[in-house]
Amino acid sequence: MIDFSTLTLTDVSRNFGRRRALARVSLAAAAGETIALLGPNGAGKSTLLSIAATLIAPSSGEVRYGDHDARTAGGALRGRIGLLGHDLYLYPELSAAENLRFFAKVYRLDGVERRVDEALDRAGLTTRRDDQVAGFSRGMRQRLALERALLHAPRLVLLDEPFTGLDDAATHALRRRLAGLREAGCIVLVTTHDLETIDGLIDRAVMLQQGKLVTIADGAGSLRERYRRSL
Amino acid sequence: MRFVETVWLVTRKDLLIEARSKEILYTTLFFAVSCVLVFAFGFVREGRPLGDAAAGILWIAIAFSGTLALGRAFERERQSETLRALMMSPIDRPALYVGKLCGVLILLAAVELIVVPLVGLMFQAPLFAHPVLMIGLLLTGTVGFAAVGTLFAAMLVRARSRDVLLPVLLYPITIPVIIAGVRGTAALLQAEVDEPMARAWLSMLVFFDVVFVTLALWTFEPVMTE
Amino acid sequence: MLNEGLSARSPKPKAKMNRLYPLLLLVAAAMFAYAPFMILAAPYESTMGLIQKIFYFHAPVAMTMFVSAFVCGIASAIFLFGGRLGADRVAMAAAELTSILGLIVLVTGPMWARKAWGVWWQWDARLTSTLVLWLIFQAYLLLRRFGGPGSDRLAAGVALFGMANVPFVYWSVNVWRTVHPTTTVVPSLQPGMRGPFWYCFLAFVLLYVSVLGVRTRLEKRRAELEALYLAVEE
Repeated sequence: MIDFSTLTLTDVSRNFGRRRALARVSLAAAAGETIALLGPNGAGKSTLLSIAATLIAPSSGEVRYGDHDARTAGGALRGRIGLLGHDLYLYPELSAAENLRFFAKVYRLDGVERRVDEALDRAGLTTRRDDQVAGFSRGMRQRLALERALLHAPRLVLLDEPFTGLDDAATHALRRRLAGLREAGCIVLVTTHDLETIDGLIDRAVMLQQGKLVTIADGAGSLRERYRRSL
Repeated sequence: MRFVETVWLVTRKDLLIEARSKEILYTTLFFAVSCVLVFAFGFVREGRPLGDAAAGILWIAIAFSGTLALGRAFERERQSETLRALMMSPIDRPALYVGKLCGVLILLAAVELIVVPLVGLMFQAPLFAHPVLMIGLLLTGTVGFAAVGTLFAAMLVRARSRDVLLPVLLYPITIPVIIAGVRGTAALLQAEVDEPMARAWLSMLVFFDVVFVTLALWTFEPVMTE
Repeated sequence: MLNEGLSARSPKPKAKMNRLYPLLLLVAAAMFAYAPFMILAAPYESTMGLIQKIFYFHAPVAMTMFVSAFVCGIASAIFLFGGRLGADRVAMAAAELTSILGLIVLVTGPMWARKAWGVWWQWDARLTSTLVLWLIFQAYLLLRRFGGPGSDRLAAGVALFGMANVPFVYWSVNVWRTVHPTTTVVPSLQPGMRGPFWYCFLAFVLLYVSVLGVRTRLEKRRAELEALYLAVEE
């Protein structure tokens, strides 16, 4: 099985026609590091996550996962990446357990039932395990989608607005989950607008502005204050 | 073995979803029956169908309802971007293609199970006088149509105006399938049954299937990467 | 990417090719100017009369169209599997030319058919195959125009399938037609007709190659312009 302990983006650009979504973004992250990806809407955050997830190829520049790159490592590398996107990647007609079971098998995991049970437990959906996802509230879906994305214990975790639609208890659970991922040595990239929620959970923060990457300086003050200063 | 397992995993998931909603089956079936009816008004005169009308109507109904089923099957994967989730997983991509293809084929087979006897009844066509050749034509024809259709529908998932573009792309490419299906069926339905002709069309369809399934397996990966 | 745009501009052998296109165009123009004289001098076909002369344009254009379809298919395969952007530009230019050549074939064909068979459209094997092929390339262009970002790869897949489809279309349409035989009037070439025919074919091929080259270059310039726009923004 392929594994890696660093993610390195070097001068990554991506344009859609004449619109430049990302301009020469360079970013390095090591195992156990959690990086917040901030910035206004349409700044290129989702594009950056899609590129890191190997879903989109960069127009120029290089993305490396340890010693591997997406083109040569292919499926084995994709099996080490987990993405929670804006769309939740769940089949509404299937039940919570069926969704998890299907993706567990797609990822060729062992001990499928045990993992499914554990994931349902973490999502707080054990009692609703056999209900169709179509009947779930936004928050329940979000919790399930997060567990689906982390089902295969990925090394690289990419979370796009994971706090959307979560109530207080679920937000709290997600904060604990993020801390656990950091402990487990995952590389976590998380985009969010909930600066207060994420503060204290991250090692550093970067900001995308019109496709360009700006580092938010460490130092005094809350994350929001530092973010304001960088804007 | 791994390939077959993955194919079955994807197909079973699609069948499970369809078994829950039955949306594609019911709408496609109803659409196919409507097609047969609409064409009957054009090609039945004084209670008797014109020339090879039965063969033509049967295959037009299959092609039209097939397009509908293909569009819906992939719209379902687009709704919450599950196709992207599958593309992101370590899944063997050609197996993903074959899995989707099998799902579409089973659906179309279910539709044909109703539509073929219906056409036989309504147009007094002895469709099952030569069951082996007839089933062969239906099977290879449907596989050829769905093989091209599955690839095109999958790649159009991330294109704009996909609903219109699917038939625009699919019909010109599958014209050999339609011709072979219609002429092969007509050869079996006419007063003097022309078995060698039906066999010739059947072998062309087999050849078409081999070429286009191979080509689709080969192009699926590069076409699907953004 | 400023660098990419600049460094890609005219490496040596390509610069030579670029100078060759105007020359090819001139030769093709001269050949076309002389073509009517050759066609006039060719033997007069007694049953068809003057309308037979359309054959000297109709058939070479059709042949060039098939060449163009294969150019598009092969270039698309190179783009799809090799990732060469240049091949995509060639494929696009070839698809547009296939579409134009196909239109010429589909207009001149019925003119012939009117005289030969007394109807404007006959479901003749060649004419029908041409129509199908033309439709495939229309579909290709529609996809490129309305498919949104990323449709270049999808279109390449369509072109590849379209190319693989040519023998199937031809065979199936041909057999379909012979099921109900009709009087096909495709005259076998008399020796005196061969010269002007191949002359016209050569003229069309020259025209095709030079227009393809110029059109590809235009597309490349456009890509360079896009790159410069992006570089300015940066």
